[in-house]
Amino acid sequence: MHIIRNSKIYIAISAFLVGVSIIALASVGIPLGIDFSGGGVIEGTFATPQTQDIFQSTIADLGIETRATLDTAGTMFTVEMPPLTQDQYQQITGALSSMGQYVVTAETTVGPSVGKELTKKAYVAIILVSLTMIAFIAYAFRAISEVASSWRFGLVAIVTLLHDIALTTGVYVVLAHTADAKLDTLFVVALLTVLGLSINDTIVIFDRIRENLLNNKAEDKKESFAQVVGRSIDQTKMRSFNTSFAVIIVLVALVILGPDSTRLFSITLASGMIFGTYSSIFLASPLLVLWNSQPEQQNN
Amino acid sequence: MQSKRLTFIAVIACGLLLAYFVIGSQRPLFGSTTLVERFPFSLGLDLAGGSELTYEADVSQIPPEEVKSSMESLRDIIERRVNIFGVSETSVRTEQSFTGQQRLSIALPGVTDTAQAARLIGETPVLDFRVQNPTLDMTTVDENTPIDMLFVPTLLTGKYLERASMQFTQPAAGQMAGEPYVSLVFNKEGADLFEQLTSEHIGKMIAIYLDGAPISTPVVQQVIKGGEATITGSFSPEEAKELAGRLTSGALPVPIELVGTTSVSAPLGEQAVADGVAASILGLALLASLFVLWYRASGIVAVIALVYYTLTLLALFKVIPVTLTASGIAGFIISLGVAVDANVLIAERIKEELAKGGELQDSIQKGFGRAWTAIRDANFAGLLTSAILYWFGTSLIKGFALTLGLGILASLFSATVVSKSWMVLLAGTKDTPRKRFFFSSGFSK
Repeated sequence: MHIIRNSKIYIAISAFLVGVSIIALASVGIPLGIDFSGGGVIEGTFATPQTQDIFQSTIADLGIETRATLDTAGTMFTVEMPPLTQDQYQQITGALSSMGQYVVTAETTVGPSVGKELTKKAYVAIILVSLTMIAFIAYAFRAISEVASSWRFGLVAIVTLLHDIALTTGVYVVLAHTADAKLDTLFVVALLTVLGLSINDTIVIFDRIRENLLNNKAEDKKESFAQVVGRSIDQTKMRSFNTSFAVIIVLVALVILGPDSTRLFSITLASGMIFGTYSSIFLASPLLVLWNSQPEQQNN
Repeated sequence: MQSKRLTFIAVIACGLLLAYFVIGSQRPLFGSTTLVERFPFSLGLDLAGGSELTYEADVSQIPPEEVKSSMESLRDIIERRVNIFGVSETSVRTEQSFTGQQRLSIALPGVTDTAQAARLIGETPVLDFRVQNPTLDMTTVDENTPIDMLFVPTLLTGKYLERASMQFTQPAAGQMAGEPYVSLVFNKEGADLFEQLTSEHIGKMIAIYLDGAPISTPVVQQVIKGGEATITGSFSPEEAKELAGRLTSGALPVPIELVGTTSVSAPLGEQAVADGVAASILGLALLASLFVLWYRASGIVAVIALVYYTLTLLALFKVIPVTLTASGIAGFIISLGVAVDANVLIAERIKEELAKGGELQDSIQKGFGRAWTAIRDANFAGLLTSAILYWFGTSLIKGFALTLGLGILASLFSATVVSKSWMVLLAGTKDTPRKRFFFSSGFSK
């Protein structure tokens, strides 16, 4: 109930965080990964260690816009490049061989047309998942429509989803500037997964609200909507917390021991799950109450 | 009671079978290796090492109704080329991109040099036949005239070629061997076209163009029926052989352009597998210990359900088979967390019923019943998301969507049928305060 009583404060906090995330995204932004911008990445290992200076200058001398990194041991390197012609690509591999023998451990090139297409697909996927979730909630909770409009549940869910997307992206901006994260397919997958999984605790709470509302109707019990929501939250918060906690634990396992390629993905997903749970309890429910606290909604 | 017993025995039997299958297909059990051979895990390129090349096909010159069949024959030809070079378990797939482009996706396990792979696949030898430009005034032609102005394309292209082979002419007097040349044999339609072309252009040149440049411009002496043509020139035997090979294994019906490559070396892939397995074990261990500590008896049941769940999924991965990628392993690990969720729901409901003062066994039944609607709805949403993710992703991401989706389905089984049987077993028939303690959770009494 304490949450409901302070609805406005919690909604304000969420709005503030969303604002910060949007500003961060708009100003600092996230660099595009080659999945979306096109281009290539070569990762490899030199047989004999190279010095940073020689490495950087050899690559820079080519005059091609690249981003090359060499690890502290002087053996593992990464070269990122924009879309190039075959010749330019050969120049780069040539420059690498001139420094010494090396083995390619991973390599990816993406043509610019493929990159543009993936961008379009990403937008569509995000919109699709969001709409599907909202439609699903509206449908699953249609039985409540006698007591409270199920469409309101759906719309509140939209706001909550948008909030989750915004905050997760905000965290990713931080990752982009601390851990070299790029806007790539895995980020979009993390976002979509957050949307699909965090809907879980929203459903749990809404399901409990539904059950309590229907029970009240059957037992002819008088309780304000706000009270029902507050009670539902109290009953379900243990469960919400534990569910997200379970997913977050396994994500921690993934971050600590899992494959390198999925590390940033796991961190993003973990932050998304945390925001998702937070928003179900501290945003969705207060919004519902604020929206539904009209005199005619009170049981009489 | 009888049916409960039977269900319980069935559940245990299921568990044992699953365990036997999963373990037996990783390590030979009882001296038998059939399972190991027949049901290994199918590893994606980023785990097994290998390359994937994506080509875009230019179908602008092909009428829309023929696009599908052209893409099919393109696929067949590329597959033949790929097979010639002896890489095992390759795959060549056509796909239509989101924006309607025709693409060809080639997976080459074990090949990490994508430049070499692109060479193996070969640039398109696009073969076509052109005739002298009838509108060109021959008096304006001199050495500086670009040769392309002299010729206009015809309908006869490489797609009518049945085969090409290297042949030798008869050795002239004093020679050891004849000159190599390439013999072309057209299929029926091509033969007809060729006959028509030669009959219309007797005494004129027909130019044979390869990859947009003329390689031979013989003058037509007579009508050629039967669809045989030759390409002569100063070939070395190796050149003639290579040309014949490239022409046979596919004068590609459609020009293709490389638009994307990915390659991962085998050691990197192996590392990813090792990491994935380690993370899975850690995840399972963390979940198990935390849940048993908090939810006690329900927690033990949750852990047992998780074990069933893991075995079921691993078995599904082997049987379907599902190609595992690094993100697929991530999907599996995440689904562990999601699977546990249903058990949490049930445990909390049981606790509630107990708190209301219900009898233990009755509370358990009610707990399962009441929790079902929430489990069903929440998991259904997850399934929908997996479906959309599957559509969105590249082949490597599809692995994630598939493992997540399968995981959700499997968890519906493990959370309900399996959990209920074990829960009922643990609860027994007597309701004692100590048992009630074990079915509550946390710090409640």
